[in-house]
Amino acid sequence: MYAGQSVKRVDAFDKVTGRTKYTDDLCDRKAYIARVLHSTIANGKVLRIDTSEAEKVPGVVKIVTCFDLKEKHYYPTAGHPWSTDPSHQDVADRLMLTERVRFYGDDIAAVVAEDEVAAAQALHLIRVDYEEYPFVLDVQKAMEDGAPQLHEAYPNNILKHTQIRLGDYEKAIQEPGLIKVEGWYETPVVQHCHIENFICYAEMEGNRITVVSSTQIPHIVRRVVGQALGIEWGRVRIVKPYLGGGFGNKQDILYEPLCAWLSMLTGGHLVKLDVPREETFVCTRTRHSIRNHIISWVRPDGTYAARKLEAFSDQGAYASHGHSICAKGAGAFPQLYPCKNVEVDAYTVFTNKSVAGAMRGYGIPQAMWAVESHTEDVVAALGDDPLAFRRRNLMPKGYVDGFSKNELYEDSFNQCLDKAMAAIDYERKYKEYQNQTGDVRRGIGMAVFWYNTAVWPISLESSSCRMVLNQDGSFQLQVAETEIGQGADTAFAQMAADVVGVPLEKVHVVSCQDTDITPFGTGAYASRQTYVAGFSIRQTGLLLKERILDYAHELTRMPVFNLDIKNGNIVRITDGRVLMSLGELATQALYSLSDSRHITAESTYQIKSNAYSFGCTIAEVEVDIPMCKTKLLNVVNCHDAGKLINPALAEAQVHGGMSMGIGFGLSEKLIYDEKTGRPLNNNLLDYKLSTFLDHPRLMAEFVQNPEPTSAFGTKSLGEPPACSVAPAIRNAIYHATGVGVNNAPADAHNLFRAFTQAGLIHDER
Amino acid sequence: MYDIKALYEAESVEDAIRLLQEHPQAQIIAGGSDVLVQIREGKRAGVELVSIYGIDALRGVCYDEEGAIRIGSLTSFSHIAADPIIREQIPVLGEAVSLVGGPQIRNIGTIGGNTCNGVTSADSASTLFAWDAIVELTGPEGIRHLPIREFYIKAGVVDLKPAEVQTAILIPKSSYEGYFGNYIKYAMREAMDIANLGCSVNVALSEDRKVIRDARIAYGVAGPVPMRTPSAEALAKGQELSEETIGKVARAVLQDIHPRDSWRAAKAFREHIAVEIAKRALRQSILLGGGVIRE
Repeated sequence: MYAGQSVKRVDAFDKVTGRTKYTDDLCDRKAYIARVLHSTIANGKVLRIDTSEAEKVPGVVKIVTCFDLKEKHYYPTAGHPWSTDPSHQDVADRLMLTERVRFYGDDIAAVVAEDEVAAAQALHLIRVDYEEYPFVLDVQKAMEDGAPQLHEAYPNNILKHTQIRLGDYEKAIQEPGLIKVEGWYETPVVQHCHIENFICYAEMEGNRITVVSSTQIPHIVRRVVGQALGIEWGRVRIVKPYLGGGFGNKQDILYEPLCAWLSMLTGGHLVKLDVPREETFVCTRTRHSIRNHIISWVRPDGTYAARKLEAFSDQGAYASHGHSICAKGAGAFPQLYPCKNVEVDAYTVFTNKSVAGAMRGYGIPQAMWAVESHTEDVVAALGDDPLAFRRRNLMPKGYVDGFSKNELYEDSFNQCLDKAMAAIDYERKYKEYQNQTGDVRRGIGMAVFWYNTAVWPISLESSSCRMVLNQDGSFQLQVAETEIGQGADTAFAQMAADVVGVPLEKVHVVSCQDTDITPFGTGAYASRQTYVAGFSIRQTGLLLKERILDYAHELTRMPVFNLDIKNGNIVRITDGRVLMSLGELATQALYSLSDSRHITAESTYQIKSNAYSFGCTIAEVEVDIPMCKTKLLNVVNCHDAGKLINPALAEAQVHGGMSMGIGFGLSEKLIYDEKTGRPLNNNLLDYKLSTFLDHPRLMAEFVQNPEPTSAFGTKSLGEPPACSVAPAIRNAIYHATGVGVNNAPADAHNLFRAFTQAGLIHDER
Repeated sequence: MYDIKALYEAESVEDAIRLLQEHPQAQIIAGGSDVLVQIREGKRAGVELVSIYGIDALRGVCYDEEGAIRIGSLTSFSHIAADPIIREQIPVLGEAVSLVGGPQIRNIGTIGGNTCNGVTSADSASTLFAWDAIVELTGPEGIRHLPIREFYIKAGVVDLKPAEVQTAILIPKSSYEGYFGNYIKYAMREAMDIANLGCSVNVALSEDRKVIRDARIAYGVAGPVPMRTPSAEALAKGQELSEETIGKVARAVLQDIHPRDSWRAAKAFREHIAVEIAKRALRQSILLGGGVIRE
């Protein structure tokens, strides 16, 4: 069995030797270079674009402006499966270039040139006249009557408002003796900061257009490029090479349609569009900033009587993934701490900011920041213990969600908490750090999270797999689920080797997805790659095995039910004798003079299930109060992600997610100029992504309760590690200082304000 | 791909001066960790460059005949941090330049570039201000020496005349003998960052180590160029070693500095931090000098 073993990544050697080819490595150097001209106002209309000076730059091939877009095919960008029901389709509000500008950085023109320097010089010389409108950056101000309107179809800029009503909140709060705890908790706009910026290139062959793109979702990109260009989807071919990270930003259609169009406008010439880091921050996607208002009514015995959440999610200028993000967080609210009387109102609202889309955790990091910060405030109001309160109120074993039918099969929360506490020596430190004084204080805090795995029952997804047997008994494995750095290809190879019965090296994973060749599937998103591909790999592997054994019967005359494939050999079950190698069989099959077969298998599996994933973070900090600084001393995540296919890769996944959580909690924040709407820190110097030196050793622990709905006992792990880190750090700071920072991140600026307000630091002037 | 019109590589200081005279619009480039970034941003698009990076005579640290520490302008940050003379006499400079960017930047970046760039946040600059460093400039007219405080004219502008090259930075013996220093960089993360505020202090104690004989306090990012704090320094002279002295002197820096209010950090916040890091750097410098601080 390979499942459960920490085998080496199938792409390890190529990646560490630099042999792996990413999109830019693959692009021929004769490509034209495309650059996009972005608006320098936050809201308004382009009146004129003067390209005359820019066109004189030697090397400029073509300049295209928003006024050249004669046929306006509005398209959606979210990397969701398409819905054939128009009422469930994503909002189609984007154009490749737009006259109506809705954020500082909107796409209004593009230059195609022979090299980067000519393209940059031309961009610099284009003159634009605008009609400027007032703009709005604050999510709640955008909802006010009279606020600048971004999209006509959405009054008060509200893209969507959903509600959850359980029991009777108003009646429940009349219960005598209740303690009311209320707070506002907000998360900032942050960005994915994958190492490889978004890049794609396009060229034509015949009447078809090929786009090679750094995307998580090739089959979805194909559909949207077809929609955006108004051409038949079959004329579009998308190729997805190795990725230098995506984290959800590349679960969106970014510049693929524009790049394809620019190629079509230059005679089908090869055109490359490589987005600089500064533009990746502003013009691709961000994480939704969400402002949450929570009211809890708690009984003196430490149980909830009624709870209420209002969430205001800042969508930025276009719909992208829209309300799905805020709705997911809102949906978690009544489930994580079940309570009979709950009111939830979730709003997703347009503002004149960069477009928010999918990002690792899809609304749950924001929701956990709010819910787990608030939990700590409730604990404080009750004089309760953070651990005891959670044990008392968290989702219990046996809980079933009415909508998804997801079930908590084991006592996962307590198991995860126990393991994390042991790893970090929680109980000793919690006691030791109570009631400190002095400038430098330590604290320890916790937070939990809840997560789904796939998308069912919001949509029915399928996974397809193809296996093709070679002469030497090895086989190619193709799935539409994409390797984006997370190690999916390795997990797929492990599962496939086990199902078919071959050594791991006999599985050749075709890492590149090409929509002309790769079986259909919707790509890497949610935390579903291993879960959904597991079904189709298992089903297809069994099909391949059946065909192999059928042929083995022809060759050996042994009944199929007495045959098996073990370690790449055809084995007789009754005595364990090796009858022939799979290679001998495959060679026979291809070159036989009497019964020649090309042994392959392909199948599609419909995924009509989903699975809960759970876990927690415990963080230990040292706060230097006068310096307004937090040092993270220790941090541990513990996950119940079901059975791990590859524990070493699972640990690496958790480390990456924890790192993202550390930045979210302590330092990251995209800032906009209130006067102009211009993003101020859209580079890796001013945007404070945390560095190695800001990290302690990251500890990852696991509880492996097998998931019964899953082909290999697995459930989500990709996104969960990023969900609970930030509030655990916030709660540790609270434990150390008694000061709760409700607006993430707990950076020096916010700590200075909070400590000044709490009287912990004094004005020295 | 960078928008560079021409690159001329100098083989010696004389060669560099000649090239700069022949191409008066040209920009000097050494390690390039600032200049290339500016070109990429489009600020110097189409620039002509004279590279001095190949002039090995400008690398290294030694004593000159008067006992001053002479640091060649092309000496990299990682070289300075590891250099035995620096470690023995002015270890604080090695510590300060070890806080620049990351390892790659410290290998390519030079102390000459760091100072000629004229920015207030340069990690070497406040420490060089504290040590009363002398800048050596070589041009068509010969060599001239300038106190570093006069070298900085305003934000981004230094006193570098046409065809002149900065060739060394000198720390006079009288500046370092008997002094102990500490630098605190205040930034938002532990690496790959530019200071929101930097404070470099050095202190000389009396022979009995009971009082402060002299204190020099310098700041980066407390104004448009690095600066010293004359009021606080005057106050420190002759004071006993106590927490009270440290607090009083640290608070006095607010009479001298004028940090900006910007989105990178609010003025009130920077002032608070300025006092706090002055306290800590003073305390550490006194301890390094063998002083005992009364509570």
